[in-house]
Amino acid sequence: MIRAESLTRRYGPLTAVDNLSFIVQPGEVLGFLGPNGAGKTTTMRMIAGFVPPTSGRAEICGYSVEEQSLEARRRIGYLPEGAPSYGEMSVRDFLQFVARVRGLRGDRLKVRVDDVIGRLELAGVLDQRIETLSKGFRRRVGLAQAIVHDPPVLILDEPTDGLDPNQKHQVRQLIGTMARDKIIVISTHILEEVDAVCTRAIIIAAGRIVADKTPEQLARDSRYHNAVTLRVEKASLVRDMAAELRGLEQVASVDIVEATRTLTVFPKAGASVFADVSALATSRGWSLQQLTLENGRMDEVFRRITTEAATKGAA
Amino acid sequence: MDGVRIIASREFAAYFATPLAYVFIVIFLALMGVFTFYLGGFFERGQADLLPFFNFHPWLYLFLVPAISMRLWAEERKSGSIELLMTLPVTTTDAVIGKFAAAWAFTAIALALTFPIWITVNYLGDPDNGVIAAAYLGSLLMAGAFLAIGSCISAANRNQVVAFIITLVVCFVFLLAGFPLVLDFFSGWAPQAVVDTIAGLSFLQHFNAISKGVVDLRDVVYFLVVIGTWLYATAVVLDLKKAD
Repeated sequence: MIRAESLTRRYGPLTAVDNLSFIVQPGEVLGFLGPNGAGKTTTMRMIAGFVPPTSGRAEICGYSVEEQSLEARRRIGYLPEGAPSYGEMSVRDFLQFVARVRGLRGDRLKVRVDDVIGRLELAGVLDQRIETLSKGFRRRVGLAQAIVHDPPVLILDEPTDGLDPNQKHQVRQLIGTMARDKIIVISTHILEEVDAVCTRAIIIAAGRIVADKTPEQLARDSRYHNAVTLRVEKASLVRDMAAELRGLEQVASVDIVEATRTLTVFPKAGASVFADVSALATSRGWSLQQLTLENGRMDEVFRRITTEAATKGAA
Repeated sequence: MDGVRIIASREFAAYFATPLAYVFIVIFLALMGVFTFYLGGFFERGQADLLPFFNFHPWLYLFLVPAISMRLWAEERKSGSIELLMTLPVTTTDAVIGKFAAAWAFTAIALALTFPIWITVNYLGDPDNGVIAAAYLGSLLMAGAFLAIGSCISAANRNQVVAFIITLVVCFVFLLAGFPLVLDFFSGWAPQAVVDTIAGLSFLQHFNAISKGVVDLRDVVYFLVVIGTWLYATAVVLDLKKAD
């Protein structure tokens, strides 16, 4: 279990993290979201024991990160921001070094190092110096060192930054397979990632928690939740269609993007309009290229929540 | 203790993974030769000892040791690997001692590679090898003291060049602590006891005492205390500002 109690970190007059409290249980994959500079990295550093909190405390599996630092650190696998490592070392030497410091020896060391080499597909670059590797490989080396001791808690700061789409997919699968019995905290600003791997999302803005929900709940907060998007063939029809759609009983508003010949129909609170829109389209004989029911757009929720927090903070 | 050993061996290997080790050793040996034979007048003196050789060690260390120590922590800070190291399950003290031990072992190797001059003097004459052994010990201890100072200053800086320059100045002050150059700065206003203490801190005096072949426990303890103190300061500095 990770327990954060009123974590606060100030840098001079700047409060980077402001009174953050949360608990993460095994089996949870927590996504830390927030604009750059919101305090994600500082929070993760405090949990990993790199930055001491100005006030408040963090606990890993019952061990205080500050007072029982070594015990807490033994239980964490940590990928720092930017995946730093020792550039002059070969991948093999580096992983063995971390494994040794982590207390692995003999056969167990070999088994574990081979395991992470396989999982992150590093076999082809084992004897290359880390500084000569591409950004994607370096990130994977960083991930490999974080999981080499099979820790119960994983703290990963932007684990997929710099990876191509295939590699991102692999890393997400890796996180998925490890998620069952571990506690995983990742930070990201890629919203699709939250949908793909996280069971819970905490959005922080200006050092404070502004949302703490499942990704589905977050999407439900979007004004696009249950909205219907239509795309038609003829641009000339768009305005007339919008007028008709606005006439439907359950419809709150209709947005038009003429350039892409797209209309988005927003339902009134709690209502559903898909059946009505679809029926209207059939009866009018509109030729549609697309008709979709929206789940909700995370990016829209993210933007709204974080900008609200920013204006509140400024006021 | 395991942590110290693992970190030290990684660090030690890192010296030889880059040109640093080879460049350092070659320059160290070349300068040693130049100083001993040209400035020291090794042959002209016609004496079977290594005084002209050891006399230049403090001055050579003054410039070369900060070049090793500057990277100890400043590089970790700059590359961000300090965040990795400090979140591994090793104490700050273990990391400080491990890195220092590697640097010291490295200078010990450079120093050991000066053995041809020892062979030369034994071939040419009949020197007192006990005195030479004592001088090597003194030289190694002094190098350790320089390194410990450099370690602390490197921990306080992100920039290696800044660390180099400050280390050089601090080492210079310690080296000459017993000389008017440094003492005059204090003698005007500080009480005599303080001035005497500062005079007693001089690396040069302690080193000269040992290199004459008199291994006084006090001189050895002096260097060990200097090393311990500066390494302790390194750990304090790191704990205070590892993340800055």
